[in-house]
Amino acid sequence: MTATPTAPTPADALLAPVPDEDGAPFWEYAARGELRVQACTACGRLRFPPRPCCPHCRSFDSHWQPVDGRGRIWSYVRPHPPLLPAYAAHAPYTVVLVELADAPGIRLVGNLVASADAPLGSADPAAVRIGARVRAVFADCGGVTVPRWVPEKP
Amino acid sequence: MAATLKDATAIVGIGQTPFARRLPQSEKELACRAILAALDDAGIAPGEVDAFASYTMEETDEVEVAKAIGAGDATFFSRVGYGGGGSCATIGHLAAAIATGQASVGVAWRSRKRGSGPRPWTNTAVQLPTPGQWTRPFGLLRPADEIAMLARRYMHEYGATRDHLFNVAMACRNRANENPAAIMYERPLTREMYMTSRMVSEPLCLFDNCLETDGALACVVVSAARARDCRHRPVHVHAAAQGLPSQHHGMVNYWNDDPLSGPAWTAARHLWKRADFGPQDVDTAQIYDAFTPLVPLSLEGYGFCGRGEGGAFTEGGALETGGRLPINTGGGGLSEAYVHGFNLITEGVKQLRGTSTAQVPDARTCLVTAGEGVPTSAILLRA
Ligand SMILES: [Zn+2]
Repeated sequence: MTATPTAPTPADALLAPVPDEDGAPFWEYAARGELRVQACTACGRLRFPPRPCCPHCRSFDSHWQPVDGRGRIWSYVRPHPPLLPAYAAHAPYTVVLVELADAPGIRLVGNLVASADAPLGSADPAAVRIGARVRAVFADCGGVTVPRWVPEKP
Repeated sequence: MAATLKDATAIVGIGQTPFARRLPQSEKELACRAILAALDDAGIAPGEVDAFASYTMEETDEVEVAKAIGAGDATFFSRVGYGGGGSCATIGHLAAAIATGQASVGVAWRSRKRGSGPRPWTNTAVQLPTPGQWTRPFGLLRPADEIAMLARRYMHEYGATRDHLFNVAMACRNRANENPAAIMYERPLTREMYMTSRMVSEPLCLFDNCLETDGALACVVVSAARARDCRHRPVHVHAAAQGLPSQHHGMVNYWNDDPLSGPAWTAARHLWKRADFGPQDVDTAQIYDAFTPLVPLSLEGYGFCGRGEGGAFTEGGALETGGRLPINTGGGGLSEAYVHGFNLITEGVKQLRGTSTAQVPDARTCLVTAGEGVPTSAILLRA
């Protein structure tokens, strides 16, 4: 699979992901609204970030396994300016590291937002805490679909 | 009998330029000035230099430096990756080259125009696909953001507080207040200033972040035998180590089974195994402090306290002069100058020469560490 070509990012736009060969399938599945993680075909272990070969059994055979997109916040930060202009416009916003419920050890960086297409800074900071349950949603980011995270209804 | 680096070589010369937010000279010129000052300090002619060691993320290379200072034929050169993680490895590489007869006079240096130059994270054109594709679109843009993620988890897991981070910032600032070369000389810090300062990446505030500085430093390394004929008391390279842990991810070690056990732990295991003394025998430590949380994490990794105890270790003035472990006695990256940690090496040398502006009485041993959170390195110095 080849990396998705991306147009140069305008200075005032959020950064679109620049996939490499190993990571491209993640973004292709994301474009269909699917969250998938690379899995070793030989031993079945999941790995992230994706890479050519399984660090457990050294097999080069892999496939992309769907995960259910539920997780808990492992940690989070709230960046403030100076930031790139597009991010400064939303600051402070919440960047979360989400540990997947059905794939412990796989942690995804993303944004906690009020809803899929809500602005980057839309999550209520008072509701952000380590251990909080979140679920994946998908949003357009400069023509590329990215996963975002919304709080799970209690 | 395996060869050993233990005390086989010594740092015999140190040199530096002024530190400032903005210096007019180029990085290359600053590098040459620092290297020539270090050679002069050692009493060694530039024509005798035959080994070079540096680390990535600067403009000067060994070809340009060798040509400008009038070095002799070089038989060893080495450049260590991962920016600030390479500082101490430069000394380790020179020590290894000299101990094994590959060279006789080595220089290591760092020259940086970070104060007046661009911030590297703003260069979106060079964002690397891995791991940038997993972090940067979400606004995890700067090293401060990447380390803040680990800091938040660390504070949550072990009850470390902003007061503990303040203790780190304060120790560095207090030492800078004693060091006329420091950017923060005569600029005291208070708890109120810290607690009310602007946030950079919560939970990290302005004073949890290193300075942005122009400046250069250099060291000269020779064999222990040669060192006896140099101008100053030799500072022996007792042990050296690098650390790139299994399944590590530079800066964003989030996918490791244990993200809070970083490269310091790996470097430390090797370092202590090769040393005649342990953490309890270290008189002063110069700990890489691009961000305050790196200090408690490093205190744990290098064995000064147990896992999760790094925050509590900072209490009661432990890091201050007269405390259990005086750190960053020139002011460190937080308050002297941020030159990717090389000032920590030269400060370690000053301590063991007895010439620091915050001298630890009778200091005989010093640990110097490089950037934690990325593939790292460390050295143990002995008088
Ligand atoms: Zn496998």
